[in-house]
Amino acid sequence: MGLKLQQSHHHQSVAVKGNEQMGTKRGYTFIQSNRDWLPKLILLWVMVMGFISTWIYKKMDADNNVRREEVLSSMCDQRARMLQDQFSVSVNHVHALALLVATFHYYKNPSAIDQETFAEYTARAAFERPLLSGVAYAETVVHSGREKFEKQHGWTIKTMQREPSRLRDEYAPVIFSQETISYIESLDMMSGEEDRENIVRARATGKAVLTSPFRLLGSHHLGVVLTFPVYKSKLPPKPTMEERIVATAGYLGGAIDVESLVENLLGQLAGNQAILVNVYDITNSSDPLVMYGHQNQDGDWAVVHESKLDFGDPFRKHQMICRYHQKAPTSWTALTNVFLFFVICLLVGYILYGAVIHIVKVEDDFREMQELKVRAEAADVAKSQFLGTVSHEIRTPMNGMLALLLDTDLSSTQRGYAQTAQVCGKALITLINEVIDRAKIEAGKLELETVPFNIRSIFDNVLSLFSEKSRNKGVEVSRDKTNRKPSLAVFVSDKVPEMVMGDLGRFRQIITNLVGNSVKFTERGHIFVKVHLAESTQPVADTKVETCLNGGSDEGLLISSACQFKTGYEAADERNSWDSFRHLVVDEELRYDAPINTIDEASRGFTLMVSVEDTGIGIPLIVQDRVFTPFMQADSSTSRNYGGTGIGLSITKCLVELMGGHISFISRPQVGSTFSFTTVFKRCNKASYNDTKKSIVELPSGFKGLKAIVVDGKPGKQNGHLFKLPKVILLAKNITNVELEKAKAAGFADTVIMKPMRASMAVACLQQVLGIGKKRQAGKDMLNGSPVLQGLLCGKKILVVDDNMAHQRVFAGALKKFGAAVECRESGKAALKLLQLPCCFYACFMDIQMPEMDGFEATHPIRMMESKANEQMNGGMDEDSGRKGEWHVPILAMTADVIHATYDAGLKCRMDGCVEAL
Amino acid sequence: MDVVNQLQRQFIDYSASLHREGFLDDQFTQLQKLQDDNSPDFVVEVASLFFEDCEKLINNMARALEQQQGVDFKQVDASVHQLKGSSSSIGAMRVKDVCIAFRSFCEAQNREGCLRCLQQVTHEYSLLKNKLQTLFRLQQQILAAGGSIPVVE
Repeated sequence: MGLKLQQSHHHQSVAVKGNEQMGTKRGYTFIQSNRDWLPKLILLWVMVMGFISTWIYKKMDADNNVRREEVLSSMCDQRARMLQDQFSVSVNHVHALALLVATFHYYKNPSAIDQETFAEYTARAAFERPLLSGVAYAETVVHSGREKFEKQHGWTIKTMQREPSRLRDEYAPVIFSQETISYIESLDMMSGEEDRENIVRARATGKAVLTSPFRLLGSHHLGVVLTFPVYKSKLPPKPTMEERIVATAGYLGGAIDVESLVENLLGQLAGNQAILVNVYDITNSSDPLVMYGHQNQDGDWAVVHESKLDFGDPFRKHQMICRYHQKAPTSWTALTNVFLFFVICLLVGYILYGAVIHIVKVEDDFREMQELKVRAEAADVAKSQFLGTVSHEIRTPMNGMLALLLDTDLSSTQRGYAQTAQVCGKALITLINEVIDRAKIEAGKLELETVPFNIRSIFDNVLSLFSEKSRNKGVEVSRDKTNRKPSLAVFVSDKVPEMVMGDLGRFRQIITNLVGNSVKFTERGHIFVKVHLAESTQPVADTKVETCLNGGSDEGLLISSACQFKTGYEAADERNSWDSFRHLVVDEELRYDAPINTIDEASRGFTLMVSVEDTGIGIPLIVQDRVFTPFMQADSSTSRNYGGTGIGLSITKCLVELMGGHISFISRPQVGSTFSFTTVFKRCNKASYNDTKKSIVELPSGFKGLKAIVVDGKPGKQNGHLFKLPKVILLAKNITNVELEKAKAAGFADTVIMKPMRASMAVACLQQVLGIGKKRQAGKDMLNGSPVLQGLLCGKKILVVDDNMAHQRVFAGALKKFGAAVECRESGKAALKLLQLPCCFYACFMDIQMPEMDGFEATHPIRMMESKANEQMNGGMDEDSGRKGEWHVPILAMTADVIHATYDAGLKCRMDGCVEAL
Repeated sequence: MDVVNQLQRQFIDYSASLHREGFLDDQFTQLQKLQDDNSPDFVVEVASLFFEDCEKLINNMARALEQQQGVDFKQVDASVHQLKGSSSSIGAMRVKDVCIAFRSFCEAQNREGCLRCLQQVTHEYSLLKNKLQTLFRLQQQILAAGGSIPVVE
């Protein structure tokens, strides 16, 4: 046992290892394999997100700047354009004045304009020239005409420095001037170098020319002087420069206050606070001259826009430079956006990290739990194995004890106690067997064997087992009410083959379990077992009409008197009710002659459907779904009331599934339960049937063809077992001892058949009635009652040794009648040859007095041989100590002498018993 | 049907008389019951075995007892034992009874008694043989007429 346990432990550890391997293989995910990288990964994530955020910020900032630049450029251009427009308006006014002077001073004779008129006109029209601080007209005077000119005007021509002009080729003294600048009257405009150049340029081009910016005398504002030529006569359409110079009569000039102009302009426009505007004269590109604005004023030098200005003077170039007053403000929206983005990314990262950490944790937990599960399962397996082993260890000695318990002569009290002990022991063995079965099933070691057997005899046996119980129960529960006890009945469809291949023991176990349960929980009503074929091609519910059949035409009697089945109690599953049962029988009768495809059916297996219906307490609805769970009974009070461990049904389920079927049940509390299961059996082919026929418990076929009348108030109980007419056999469902005595007295001695009707019982009874096989036996093997003998001898090989041929023949005939396979030998020597080990004889009947070698002489060497063989075997195996030697053929002496001496002599020679031959 | 019934009644009467007169006992009835479809000629078979056995044994005993001197009583006794066994097997009560007496003479080594018993046994045996043959004939007639052999209680 120790060895076994070790082995099982080893096995179990292997299983655990296997599972672990599987677990690691499965749990080896990407996350698990890179779990060390997780913190680095999250750091990387944060960094990457930081970079991305910065990049986004920069991009947004750049966009902002571009927009700023665009705004600036558009504003700058707008300002430049407006400045240009205003400037050109001023130029036009000066031009208009020039034309006025030309028209009224030169074309009219005498001149229509004098200083007074000019001053008044210009003063009154000053609103048109807001930017011009003043206008003046200077006339061209050549040196030859200077004296005349000075005479005419009464003053000498003075230079800019207000000194009388020196001698020059040409003079341009101011003759008309606006009052605001009357101080420049009589000043020679050509005395200044720059003015002179301007004047020369103006008269050559005929256009307005500008001076470089300078501080105006009056306002100290920066300004420029605009000079426009006035021609004496009308010019040809395309005058040359000489023509222009010759035609020049004078010059109209005006000082434009650029600073005021720009100031005014900017004041008119919105947003002038935001930008700084500088206007430069860039005629000399290396040294730009400021016309407006402060060179050193603070401001944002990052964004600068330059706009060209065209004031109409092709020799002068001007430009406007705009920039923002303040540096570009930090873009809070961009910053906020980016910050939010970064935060979101951080959160996402954190969430991912958390999820991954969680996954890792869950996986770790999972693996741990898996390991625990494996260990728990291993522990469970070990427990089951331990249970199985211990049960096995208990069973063996228990069997020995039970076998020996009643072996000796005991007083009646002792025998009573011993019998009680035996009953208890048998119950214990049943329980142990269940536990062992359970352990076997759990370990997956339960193997099904395939042997041919007779289904009907199985049901017969099982029912006989329980009929006793149910009968006792019926009596105990209600002795006074005749109907209040369960009646047992079995119904096997005729289509079910007689012999099938399958696991006899397990099938029997299933039936026993189900019927046992039914008997246990049923106190009144009936227990009805129905067996029929379920055709695999059709669903079970549909097949019942097709396949649930009774035995053909000889059931006519039964049908004609059909009434409510049995006890009239309602069953849980109405499919099994008597009405449908009867309907099926009739149905079968109608189509009895339908051809059956036997070739097809013989070759394959078939599904047998068995349902066990009872009218017991039923199963409560709450526990119906765990009926097949091991150790689960309806409630704890159940085991108190009815006993049992609750593993029967789980074993049954396992067995049914092993046999390729399935089990189900319908149950209504307080109404009853119907358990149905299917199993797959193979049809028994003839060859194997014949081979094994002798070893099978089967019902004798000697009654075939006999007719019988079955008299019973309730049909449905008999399954067509027939009796010879002249014999009257009392059928009793339940009979008390008093009734039995009465019946015996009335001439029914030994011919009472207890119900439920069983084939073997019927046979035994018939044999009894017909007086077959009456034998008197002496010794321990003697058993009264034919059915026991029938079961005992059926299929067993028995050797009969007698030199008397007639006697031998008679004895052999008698034994054959009980189904034994009899071999006959005429002498002790011949018998000895047959009994060489290993021998297959169940028993040997040996005549004592025989020529050559008598029974005693023959027995001796056999026993010697057996004990030698047993010694060899027992040397290696101590386990079977509970039993006697493995080899022991029971040898029974046959003698006509009933003298005790012979019997004793026989026992001395280790014969097993003595038969008094006639 | 009448013929069968008649024959059957005759058969029953005859076997009853055999029982009454002590030729046969209960064992023979048992033998009849052992006879079934599987072994229809069981009784006849056993009977013929018995007849052969008897004749052999009777001859043996006769030969042994012919000698005036030195009769091998042991051998005779063995034969008588055999005969007794056989007769009890078939239920030949009267033969068996004679055999019991025969054995006591053998044990007493009484040749005269033995010879007398041998004569008796031979007589009883031939009587029984005749009777049984009649009975078997009746049986065959019943079977030939299509009836079944009735069971005698």
